[in-house]
Amino acid sequence: MNEKVIIVENLTKKFGDFTAVDHISFDVHKGEIFGFLGANGAGKTTAMRMLSGLSLPTSGHARVAGFDVYKENEKIKQNIGYMSQKFSLYEDLTVKENIRFYAGIYGMSNRFIREKTNEVLEKLHLAAEGDKLVKSLPLGWKQKLAFSVAIFHEPQIVFLDEPTGGVDPVTRREFWQMIYEAAESGITVFVTTHYMDEAEYCNRVSIMVDGRIDAMDTPQLLKKTYDAVSMDEVFLKLARKATRAAD
Amino acid sequence: MSAVIINNIIKRYGSKKAVITALQGISFDVKQGELFGIIGPDGAGKTSLFRILTTLLLADEGTATVDGFDVVKDYKSIRQRVGYMPGKFSLYQDLTVKENLDFFATIFNTTVEENYVLIKDIYSQIEPFKDRKAGKLSGGMKQKLALSCALIHRPSVLFLDEPTTGVDAVSRKEFWEMLTRLKEQGITILVSTPYMDEASLCDRVALIQSGKILSINTPQGIVDSFGKKLLAVKSNDMLHLLKDLKQCKEVEDAYPFGEYHHVVLKKDGEELLKSYLEQKGYLFKLKEAKPNIEDCFMALMKTS
Repeated sequence: MNEKVIIVENLTKKFGDFTAVDHISFDVHKGEIFGFLGANGAGKTTAMRMLSGLSLPTSGHARVAGFDVYKENEKIKQNIGYMSQKFSLYEDLTVKENIRFYAGIYGMSNRFIREKTNEVLEKLHLAAEGDKLVKSLPLGWKQKLAFSVAIFHEPQIVFLDEPTGGVDPVTRREFWQMIYEAAESGITVFVTTHYMDEAEYCNRVSIMVDGRIDAMDTPQLLKKTYDAVSMDEVFLKLARKATRAAD
Repeated sequence: MSAVIINNIIKRYGSKKAVITALQGISFDVKQGELFGIIGPDGAGKTSLFRILTTLLLADEGTATVDGFDVVKDYKSIRQRVGYMPGKFSLYQDLTVKENLDFFATIFNTTVEENYVLIKDIYSQIEPFKDRKAGKLSGGMKQKLALSCALIHRPSVLFLDEPTTGVDAVSRKEFWEMLTRLKEQGITILVSTPYMDEASLCDRVALIQSGKILSINTPQGIVDSFGKKLLAVKSNDMLHLLKDLKQCKEVEDAYPFGEYHHVVLKKDGEELLKSYLEQKGYLFKLKEAKPNIEDCFMALMKTS
């Protein structure tokens, strides 16, 4: 757990005279499940876009998977996985075609794709559905499949942007089971959520308020520090201080 | 009198080859002045039901009335008296805040001044930006404008389709506080949400999954009907604890629940569970837990 796969120092992003992300600093360790919380408009998406190589910072430093966010953002993209609630697979391709497509984009060999596809489908209990169109799958399965596709190329880090929004409570938990297993296999998980019970499942949680990180610790210690019985209470205590309008 | 009566509504989509039954015979009533929640995940059928009740979609079978009017025959009367806030932002992006509000007031033959008292609580928060184009508003402000527009003709029944989806915990709380104040004005409110924790803020809720109602009751009534012993367990190795809990024969179901795992026992096997965990070598903390709506939803999903 000591190897740092994300190192962030004073990372800042300005849009004109608006400071969306304001000097944030933190490290994330290999295999850690890192919860990235904050109210709407706190700057989470902007920060995540910088860390995944999609947006250049205004100032500060960050290394992701060993690569610099200014100079090596293409390398970062190759070494991370990404999934969001909105980002979905191609509905008009089959399950196997989607896997082949995304794995191909990441430059995986045909042999690797063939072998791992079977393994992934077995694990998801989707072996019989491999040739079905993704649009015919129930929503819960789609989200689990999307996660498997996001980590198919065995990235060092996977970024999950509200992966469980609108998902039923049983599937939501199955999804977290998959997150745990990915973390156990050494993939670092960087996740945002609006479900505060899910914050409890993270090894560490950071809470952004108005572009800054106001708190960061294990859920247990955060609850202790803020004298709260749940992460929901911690979040409310911190986010209520926000002065910025929600987006 | 019931504000909404729904009787065996069935809605199917698709062609003959691939039929999806979005609503599989839904029936319930909503009383006048009630704050009624329709709670279920994406794909449960919430939006289809709202679109049928607001006369924007025809059901394949079944009947429904809103304010005593039939959703098919009397659709014009219904459109005059209900307010509808769809899940997707549907105001005119290139009109200003004030223009949008004036537009909806005019369409319904009223003025903003006439019903200002009804929207004051909500609209006053975005009034400083009244000359800004709706498309340039933040998400939270768009939501407040959409709610103001849905209310400006003083509807008797208000339909809110997933108003809090993707909204953070603080803003969600504020939104529900606004709804509680609206209810005091005598408006019947039907609100849908995928967030189970919002159920406790409704007078009554319908839990819905795959086009079927799992249960309709007061939030307390749903929790009271859980009917099984629920425990909360934690240890230093939560992942393996969960796997072992699922294999214990006293356990009907076990799943993560925040800091703890929740364990539903088959019968009163608490002592047996304790010795099972001790045998496995766990250092654990175990306590009795009160079921909440999410526990009930999962139990109902299993049995339905």
